[in-house]
Amino acid sequence: ASRPALRTNILRIASRRYYHADVLPSLISRSSPEFIARSQAMDELVKDLETKMAEARLGGGAKAAERMRSKGKKLPRERLGLLLDPHSPFLELSPLAAHEVYPESVPGAGIITGIGRISGKECVIVVNDATVKGGSYYPLTVKKHIRAQEIARDNGLPCVYVVESGGAALPHQANVFPDKEHFGRIFYNMAQMSALGIPQIAIVHGISVAGGAYVPAMADENIIVRNQGHIFLAGPPLVKAATGEVVDEETLGGGLMHSSESGVTDHLARDDEHAIAIARGVVGDLGKSGGAEIAHLAQPDAPPEDPIYSPSELHGIVGTDVRQPFDMRDVIARIVDGSRFREFKKEYGTTMVTGFAHIHGYQVGIVANNGILFSPSALKATHFIELCSQRKVPLLFLVNVTGYMVGSKAEKGGIAKDGAKMVRAVACADVPKLTVIVGGSFGAGNYGMCAYSPRFLWMWPNAKVSVMGSGQLSQVMTTVSKDPAQHNSLKAEIEKQSTALYASARLWDDGIIRPTDTRDVVGLGLALAARQICGATRNAVTTTTWDGNGRGFGVFRM
Amino acid sequence: EGTVSLRTRKPHFDKILIANRGEIACRVIRTAKKLGIKTVAVYSDVDADSMHVKMADEAYCIGPAPSAESYLRIEKIIDVCRRSGAQAVHPGYGFLSENAKFAERLSEEGIVFIGPPASAIVSMGSKSESKNIMIAAGVPCVPGYHGNNQDPDFLLEEAKRIGFPVLIKATHGGGGKGMRAVDSPSAFSDALASAKRESAKSFGDDTVLIERYITRPRHVEVQVFADTQGGVVSLWERDCSVQRRNQKIIEEAPAPGLSPELRADLSAKAVAAARAVNYVGAGTVEFIFDNDTQEFYFMEMNTRLQVEHPVTEMITGLDLVEWQLEVAAGNPLPLSQSAIPLHGHAFEARIYAENPRNNFLPDSGRLLYLSTPQPTCAFAPAVVPALREEEAALYPTLSTFTSTSTSLTGEGAPAVRIEQGFGSGAQIGVFYDPMIAKLVVHGRDRTEALRVLRKALEEYKVVGVSTNVEFLRILASHGAFIDGEVETGFIPKHFEELFPNVGEPEPEVLAQAALFAALRTQLRGNGMSASPWVSLTSRRFGGDTAGRIITLQNEGENAEPITVHVVPQPGGVFDVTVQTASSQTEFRGMSARLVSLTELASTVNGQSSNTTIVAQPPPPNVPPSSSPNTMERLHIFHNGRKSTLVLPSPKWLLSLGGDVLNAAKGALRAPMPSLVVEVRVGVGERVEEGQAVVVLESMKTETVLRAGVAGVVRAVGCKKGEMVEEGRELVDIEEDAEGK
Repeated sequence: ASRPALRTNILRIASRRYYHADVLPSLISRSSPEFIARSQAMDELVKDLETKMAEARLGGGAKAAERMRSKGKKLPRERLGLLLDPHSPFLELSPLAAHEVYPESVPGAGIITGIGRISGKECVIVVNDATVKGGSYYPLTVKKHIRAQEIARDNGLPCVYVVESGGAALPHQANVFPDKEHFGRIFYNMAQMSALGIPQIAIVHGISVAGGAYVPAMADENIIVRNQGHIFLAGPPLVKAATGEVVDEETLGGGLMHSSESGVTDHLARDDEHAIAIARGVVGDLGKSGGAEIAHLAQPDAPPEDPIYSPSELHGIVGTDVRQPFDMRDVIARIVDGSRFREFKKEYGTTMVTGFAHIHGYQVGIVANNGILFSPSALKATHFIELCSQRKVPLLFLVNVTGYMVGSKAEKGGIAKDGAKMVRAVACADVPKLTVIVGGSFGAGNYGMCAYSPRFLWMWPNAKVSVMGSGQLSQVMTTVSKDPAQHNSLKAEIEKQSTALYASARLWDDGIIRPTDTRDVVGLGLALAARQICGATRNAVTTTTWDGNGRGFGVFRM
Repeated sequence: EGTVSLRTRKPHFDKILIANRGEIACRVIRTAKKLGIKTVAVYSDVDADSMHVKMADEAYCIGPAPSAESYLRIEKIIDVCRRSGAQAVHPGYGFLSENAKFAERLSEEGIVFIGPPASAIVSMGSKSESKNIMIAAGVPCVPGYHGNNQDPDFLLEEAKRIGFPVLIKATHGGGGKGMRAVDSPSAFSDALASAKRESAKSFGDDTVLIERYITRPRHVEVQVFADTQGGVVSLWERDCSVQRRNQKIIEEAPAPGLSPELRADLSAKAVAAARAVNYVGAGTVEFIFDNDTQEFYFMEMNTRLQVEHPVTEMITGLDLVEWQLEVAAGNPLPLSQSAIPLHGHAFEARIYAENPRNNFLPDSGRLLYLSTPQPTCAFAPAVVPALREEEAALYPTLSTFTSTSTSLTGEGAPAVRIEQGFGSGAQIGVFYDPMIAKLVVHGRDRTEALRVLRKALEEYKVVGVSTNVEFLRILASHGAFIDGEVETGFIPKHFEELFPNVGEPEPEVLAQAALFAALRTQLRGNGMSASPWVSLTSRRFGGDTAGRIITLQNEGENAEPITVHVVPQPGGVFDVTVQTASSQTEFRGMSARLVSLTELASTVNGQSSNTTIVAQPPPPNVPPSSSPNTMERLHIFHNGRKSTLVLPSPKWLLSLGGDVLNAAKGALRAPMPSLVVEVRVGVGERVEEGQAVVVLESMKTETVLRAGVAGVVRAVGCKKGEMVEEGRELVDIEEDAEGK
């Protein structure tokens, strides 16, 4: 940091020390029975989450792993570990995707995605898990892949695809192949990101067939492992069926052939380790498009500081029963730097908490719920979002909302139009938005609180998401429906469908996080949001339509 | 001080030239600077950046690297004297220091040679002449019979006169042939006959000589100083018995276990020897000392300042280079014999670039890392001139000054002094002597000096070349050495203990090495950033652990790999599991932090330590192979020991290297910087696999490079007499079909 900047920082710290008004007080009692009960309930939920994630990390299991190893291959997570800078953090996305979604087990949806540092540059990494159904693409595999690409595009992160996949899971082809958000989207995204100057790198460790063949073929630069990676549009059996030609895999699409004859691949590696070493070199040489300058620009606004209260207390503050209220300021106090929160419009619309804070040194505007959304709360949030949008301060939504107030009084007060103002402000705010669902997220509150389409959306294990609470929902059903037998099963069904696990399995979020990790995970997200994306105007990057906006093409493989 | 008043003292030179390099050149320059004398350095091409050049006021290049073309060129040096206006030349040791012709040439040019007169150099240069002079002067020489009478009975009588045991030696012999040690008269005849037979067979001449056989000899030498006015003093003796390859490695003063009477006798004989040749300046009279009989015999006289002069300086508190300048300026000796102090005990350990485990063969290379103990002095700390009364009484003629005080300034503080001519980055031992430095210590007694020596050796850290530091440390810790039981055969006698088996490094060391390997990538990264992408080290959100497996192996070929699993834990600590071929060790909650790129601070089992670890990258121009020489090395200095580990190259790298090696099978490269002695092939010639192609010489050792393939010589990239750098392609052979 330059000297004047250093001086400013010192002055800022010094001024804070004497200005306690911003430091949130902590009034919780750690020895109260409620605190202990909540804490234990959350501990159990977190433990359960950890168990499930540990199971998912095993992928297709020991046998499949052994099969890969016996061929001299590294396991998918070993490849990931070698690719990442040692000691760097890795923000894995949706590790519980496809959890209990399909009749058969497809851990992590057969794909590992996340954000990590390679050669000092943050990248989105997509790893096919060939131990899971040969790395084939289920509908949720496609969704997870596309979500990773979306994050890459939003944040201008280079993409590294670690490929070993048989392509679409054929029994599911109707839900994998044809639609707008299906397989074709992967290549569409690769082409557009390349055009936006977001590098696309692929490493082919194993089979990369049919649709899968296009991932390396669409990449800007790619690597293939000799005698191991194979790229072809159709494998030897299909070739024989189609043309009668008898040919082996290596001749048809081996690394040597593609590197020396077809030009489909750029680098020929001796083994998995070598391929990854080459890939690290490639990312290291990405130049400005890889964000070499960005890392510098993404320095936090202030020196990071830990909160003064322990994040471990979050368990006992929030608990697992969404009907039990808690003060969101107690959560904020355990997430933000120095537990400092400069609250905005504190006395107005008190079921909404808004204010400015820093997380890991990055400035953030926090919009958090402290109860039902009334008209004043919605107006206050709208005002605050407008402020942040104008001041280019990223927004963090901490969600625990039962919805907008109902009833004649509220309707007369225009809750619908006030709620709509808030939804509109959120939808159009011109700053990065991050959301953490720390409790319930019901009804339109879910939209108002940016649980729809933020840059990142994380859930706590206790989170509940549905159109309304399961109790209310079944009551409503009782009133409007004639068949009471249906109601009980429906209540249980809604109950199940509203859990964080259910949501995360279907990729409605970017993963369930431990409450104690919230500060770090949000910090990583804010650091990404603080990047200035090189060579592209923000509009060009954030638009999802494409109709010749002057960006040209990406890199054609020649 | 002494007997010379300021009024009669002749002035020092204004400017002197030092016809040497390395530590001794630096040593001389330091004293000259102290006395306000300007200095002129000379250097060869490869020494342009060396320490002595930087220290001197002026420096002149005198030719290419080989000493015959630079440091030994008399006319070049005289030319530099003329150009620079140097009035005198200090020759140091080695090179031209004992070259009578050089001394003569200088005097012809009116330049003062800081050393003895040429005549003394000539007299002492000849072994037979020097012995005759000594015998005439009453200095004892090894008793023996060197005559022509070869009658067995006569020889037996001579042997009896000399005293058993005796040594029968072939007069024209060498290399131990025709040599027999005989313990008693009864065994003499058989041994004589056998020695004569062998002698006749080996040298075509059966003439033998007989000498006293000394079973436990010691090398004891006396430092003498003489001025131009006939004054000669002894600065006491040094013991240099422990030697390897007939070269000294550790010296001490005074010699252990010598009675004051014996010391006085030695000194008197040495002074007599110097007087016998009208000696001037610093000289050393070497004796062979019989440990069993306590008798000593003249061996030779070295007419120069010796490498080991600092031990004498440390016990006397004097600056011998200053004395040399004093004498050369024509002044009398600053002190009389009785005023010469003898205080405490001093050691000098010579740090060599050599491999003790490979018969002390010299090593060469760049000093990648050098960290020495902190010296406490640049010169010997002053000693109050003092002699114990009983010793002073033994020098009646000179005994004018005695004192009961034995105190020295800074009493109680042991001294450490380092004489070095090279710093980090210097290239060692390709063209010249592979000595890196001299470590000199002084204590109030031998035990204290040894303790200081051991500690200083533990702190002496060198990476880049093999050194004898570890060997010296073991030597200084050896019971027999501590007890002063020194003799010239010390190393072979205690070989087993001096070369203990090098086992695998302790698990703790392996853990530290692995942590270093793991952590250094962190330090190289963007360590300045406060971004959580940097500060949240090793966090894996989603449940993964950021464990790393570091593979290490010992230096030897085909060493078993050692795997170390490093798993970061919350709070900046690590769980480390060390798995060797024979054992598994776990360290839980080990804290570790890189203080610098060469220092790891770690805490294991409650014990904190700072460990120096130096990574030595492999030579970049050598293709990777399974040889440890092509892999990165980690040198770990832990608890005063140095361990070296190799980071094995990954399979793919070996595979790539294999391609290069196969492609370049026909190319022969210089394995080290060396001199081309002979090129045995020409372009277009056909060679067979294994045929000698080029002969190189490096470190006084010849290496024959042989063709790796059969084929035709495509190119020759060197010529006879040329110096070639490491990795230079010397001959390229195109493999032919016949060869395949």
